[in-house]
Amino acid sequence: MSSTKYILGLFDDPDEMMHGIDELQKNSVPIYDVYTPMPIHGIDAKLGIKESRLGYAAFMFGCLGGTTIFAMAYYMMVQDWPMNIGGKPAFAIPDFIPITFEWTVLFTAFGMVGTFFYATHLFPGRTPRVMDLRATDDRFVIAIDAKGNIPHEDITNLLKKAGAVEVKHNDRKYVSYE
Amino acid sequence: MKTSHSFDERFEFQGRAKTWSLVMIAIGVIGIAYGFLSGSGERTFSNLLLMGYYFACVCICGVFFCALQYVAQAGWSASILRVPQAFAKALPVAAVVLLVIIGSGLYFTHTGANEEGKQTVLPYLYKLWALKGVTTPGNENYDAIIAGKSGYLNVPFFLIRLVIYLASYSFLGSLLVKYSNNEDELGGMFNYNKSFKVSIIFLLIFGFTIPLFAFDTIMSLEAHWFSTMFGWYNFAALWVGGLSVITLTVIILRENGYVQWITEDHLHNLGQLIFGFSIFWTYLWFSQFLLTWFANIPEESTYFYKRWVPEFKPWFWLNIIINFLTPLLLLMSRDSKRLVKVLKVACIILIIGHWLDYWQMIMPGTVGPQSHWYTEIGLLEVSVFLGFAGLFIFTMLTALSKFNSLAPKKHPLLEESLHHHI
Repeated sequence: MSSTKYILGLFDDPDEMMHGIDELQKNSVPIYDVYTPMPIHGIDAKLGIKESRLGYAAFMFGCLGGTTIFAMAYYMMVQDWPMNIGGKPAFAIPDFIPITFEWTVLFTAFGMVGTFFYATHLFPGRTPRVMDLRATDDRFVIAIDAKGNIPHEDITNLLKKAGAVEVKHNDRKYVSYE
Repeated sequence: MKTSHSFDERFEFQGRAKTWSLVMIAIGVIGIAYGFLSGSGERTFSNLLLMGYYFACVCICGVFFCALQYVAQAGWSASILRVPQAFAKALPVAAVVLLVIIGSGLYFTHTGANEEGKQTVLPYLYKLWALKGVTTPGNENYDAIIAGKSGYLNVPFFLIRLVIYLASYSFLGSLLVKYSNNEDELGGMFNYNKSFKVSIIFLLIFGFTIPLFAFDTIMSLEAHWFSTMFGWYNFAALWVGGLSVITLTVIILRENGYVQWITEDHLHNLGQLIFGFSIFWTYLWFSQFLLTWFANIPEESTYFYKRWVPEFKPWFWLNIIINFLTPLLLLMSRDSKRLVKVLKVACIILIIGHWLDYWQMIMPGTVGPQSHWYTEIGLLEVSVFLGFAGLFIFTMLTALSKFNSLAPKKHPLLEESLHHHI
């Protein structure tokens, strides 16, 4: 039994990589993930990746921010210390709207960044876990989980035939560890 | 994905579309005749001004859309450009209609109460500053505030300004259409570069004059009042209203088997613009409202006072609900922008919503409150709206049918647009 954990097909052209994905799918080879140095249109649909749920998180954070500041402003301006500003009622809703809007935007923005970091394990100061360093530079990498019934040579041949410039059999999942 | 399309297909303006647009024009004519004969001349003129302005704004939006795409060198929109170009071709008609309405509104007079309640001879439109003797001290119509503004706000200069705005928008719009037609014949970058330059000139002129256009046509109906936000508020209404009409036209063309190269991705982009600029419209609406409400200076708050009488208040709030909450709730998610049916409903609601927006800018200052809130919008309003909608459909689709192809087939960015994907 070989010690290979992941097979990586490295391409230097995105179109050839897309062709590689087609070939693998045609031969029912499950793809673990694909790493590219730039966004590629249509790849999500091809890999069947579920749509991001970041939007729902953003909506929730927005609601949280809006509610927080509205409650805070209500407590300060109406409950705790009502002030007479230009003869307006203490609970002057139009005045509350700008700050409510601002905090909604603020919470949405920071909440989305936080959620994104959490979901992708990208925290400042942490070494990112990558399967091949050149995927951040000039290589388009298809990663295949080596556990499975398909002989590794077949996968290698498929990738080579599709135009991979290099095929790696890695014993470790990530080349970088924190 | 199908990547080759035949662009040589022409739009045929016939059948139901033609019949119904003519029927709508007929309804409008009957409505206008009824309005004048039943004695509500001022109300009819206000409605004519409303729809003339709306019609012009939608067509100006077509030119603005094209110019913006050229200046931004946007690729995604290349394949839908024929629709806003047809709007630009309808602009001269809209301009003439608006000028005739305003000219006759200033020329024809009736007897009514002036600002101080005295019976006097008033023009049907712009009665506050265009009536006789308003700048002559000692005259019974003399108004010191208007007299102070008369250096800018006098009938000849007013008409000259309007002609200049509308003529320059129409002329630059027609240049964009001409270059695009030439491009279909010649190909290459020559006409694209010329369109780019003309677009820059248009946007410069448009940016400086569109607030003045709104000040002159709409804000001067209540000439004692002013708001520096008003120009941009109207611009936002123009842009959202125009985008909704563009999107609706594209959707209906697509449903009838034309422009099959326009995909959900293009509609998604249009939906994003509608959504974003509806929020922008709300932002301007609210900025104008908040400052006036907070400062509570009588000469400023009179505008909102007039709109808070019981006859107008429900419509005033309905305006913000339709034009803010509808796009917010209907178009926020990605999926709904890509669902053609949802987008279509949102466009129709927004077209009506911005009619209501213009309506509540105009009516309280011209005819004022009638008897009940529900009699404020009657058959007259509906029929004039339908009439102008028919006129717009007729002129725009006639213009569209004159194009040799429904996409600018040699536009340098057309291929990018056909592969647009988001």
